[in-house]
Amino acid sequence: MRLVVDLNRCQGFAQCVFLAPDVFALHGEEALLFSPRFDEEQRDRVEKAAAACPVQAILVDYSDEPTRGVTGGVEPHVD
Amino acid sequence: MSTDTDTEARRQGRIVVVGASLAGLRAAETLRDQGFTGSLTMIGDEPYEPYDRPPLSKQALLGRARPEDTALPRRRDVDAAWRLGVAAEGLDRDARQVRLANGDTVSYDRLLIATGTRARPWIHPEEAALDGVFVLRTRDDSACLHRKLTSGVSRVLVIGAGFTGSEVASACRELGLEVTVAERGPAPLVGALGGVIGAAADRLQRSKGVDLRCGVSVTALEGDYGGRLRRAHLSDGTAIDAEVAVISLGAVRNTEWLAGSGVAAGPRGVACDAGCRVFDVNGIVTDDIYAAGDVARSPHPLFDYQFLSLEHWGNAVEQAEIAAHNMICAGTKRIPHLWVPMFWSSQFGINIKSVGVPPLGDQLVVTQGSLTEERFVAVYGYRGRVIAAATFDGAKWLGFYQEQIAAGAPFPPEYRTVDRRTETLQPVDPDFPDPHLPTHGPTVTLSGHSPSERRVQFVPSRA
Repeated sequence: MRLVVDLNRCQGFAQCVFLAPDVFALHGEEALLFSPRFDEEQRDRVEKAAAACPVQAILVDYSDEPTRGVTGGVEPHVD
Repeated sequence: MSTDTDTEARRQGRIVVVGASLAGLRAAETLRDQGFTGSLTMIGDEPYEPYDRPPLSKQALLGRARPEDTALPRRRDVDAAWRLGVAAEGLDRDARQVRLANGDTVSYDRLLIATGTRARPWIHPEEAALDGVFVLRTRDDSACLHRKLTSGVSRVLVIGAGFTGSEVASACRELGLEVTVAERGPAPLVGALGGVIGAAADRLQRSKGVDLRCGVSVTALEGDYGGRLRRAHLSDGTAIDAEVAVISLGAVRNTEWLAGSGVAAGPRGVACDAGCRVFDVNGIVTDDIYAAGDVARSPHPLFDYQFLSLEHWGNAVEQAEIAAHNMICAGTKRIPHLWVPMFWSSQFGINIKSVGVPPLGDQLVVTQGSLTEERFVAVYGYRGRVIAAATFDGAKWLGFYQEQIAAGAPFPPEYRTVDRRTETLQPVDPDFPDPHLPTHGPTVTLSGHSPSERRVQFVPSRA
């Protein structure tokens, strides 16, 4: 499962940091660092964090389906 | 053809997206979202599905995220044929075909060019090949650099103090490594934010223990007998012993594959109109070729209709969505790309953000906070209106300034704000370097007015 934060939108309210501290962290006062991949164990927390974001900057993809239609040297999508 | 029939026709056929990164992916999702039912092919030179680059110079170098874990989340299934690990090498507009490096051709009815940029390599290829010399753009670059930085090196040399270089230097300090930054300009970030803010970035770097050398360039990288980097020579006659050098000299646009195709593509990018439709070399707009992301340059009414190239994450998303929409819409339903440029960088524990086009600014005023406290809002004016704002740890204010820019609000700003200091309210020259001289990573490149402009050297109107 993957996520990305739109850091143009992010204003450092840090609700995600309180709700999913293993996935989101503040670096200094305001800069957000996040783990782009997370596992089942974190799912509920990430879901809450994404819902609680005041500027709705967190995009989460819960699917772990491999990408269909790939030819070429792509490595299999595994966790 | 009526609008409805035209739209219906445009939802079918073959769309090829060249460039399988952020812009390409978001375009593909938008196409499917808006009802495109035809065939969709995604072509990417890297053997990976679309991944997010900003973490590669931040979390990934600190070991807080693995570069291979940065695959972008999908908004939806795009039902595409992915041709990954093979670059596009040519475009035949008469045959409507993209030629791939392995000799295959892919036919299109509409084409989206989203080939982005690559790291500018070190000028001397033999020196660039030394063990210990890195660039940072891709997942693989980040993984190699992280491995090197954590293998017990003593000093890292960062060449170029734009955003990427400064972020690398920040990560090195956090990892406990000695780092020297060599910047040709007078201060870090000077190309993007000017010398006044650059001076604040300069103090920040030095306060965090960076050995910052401005106004010098690296003249040579010297290796040992085993081909490992040993020393760098600077233009001031000094030398620095370093085992790692990170070349952070900005980006090169991936347009070479379009040479001879007749589209207006050159070192400054692929020129397109406000609807993302690509121009040909005669300045005539095509209707089947579109561009989005770092490789595109398009005119913007807020910024005197100059063609802007934006190396911004947010621009890649927005422009891709608009290009995709316009690719499958009839003329009257098309929308312009009028995004206000915006970017962020985190370095040395400070969140640096900007909105608008700072390099257009002819004046600057610090409206909140103070430059010496590493927490401020600086507003740039251009001919009496607000044109940009930059913040250090002041992200919550940027939305307000974005509205001011979009509305063409008068400069200097007259409103009263919190944390306003009287000593900083006098507008000053933002001190951008001579625009004739190239700078590293300006992130917004003003590239003139002509859609088919293909000169490397942009001649600015105000210099």
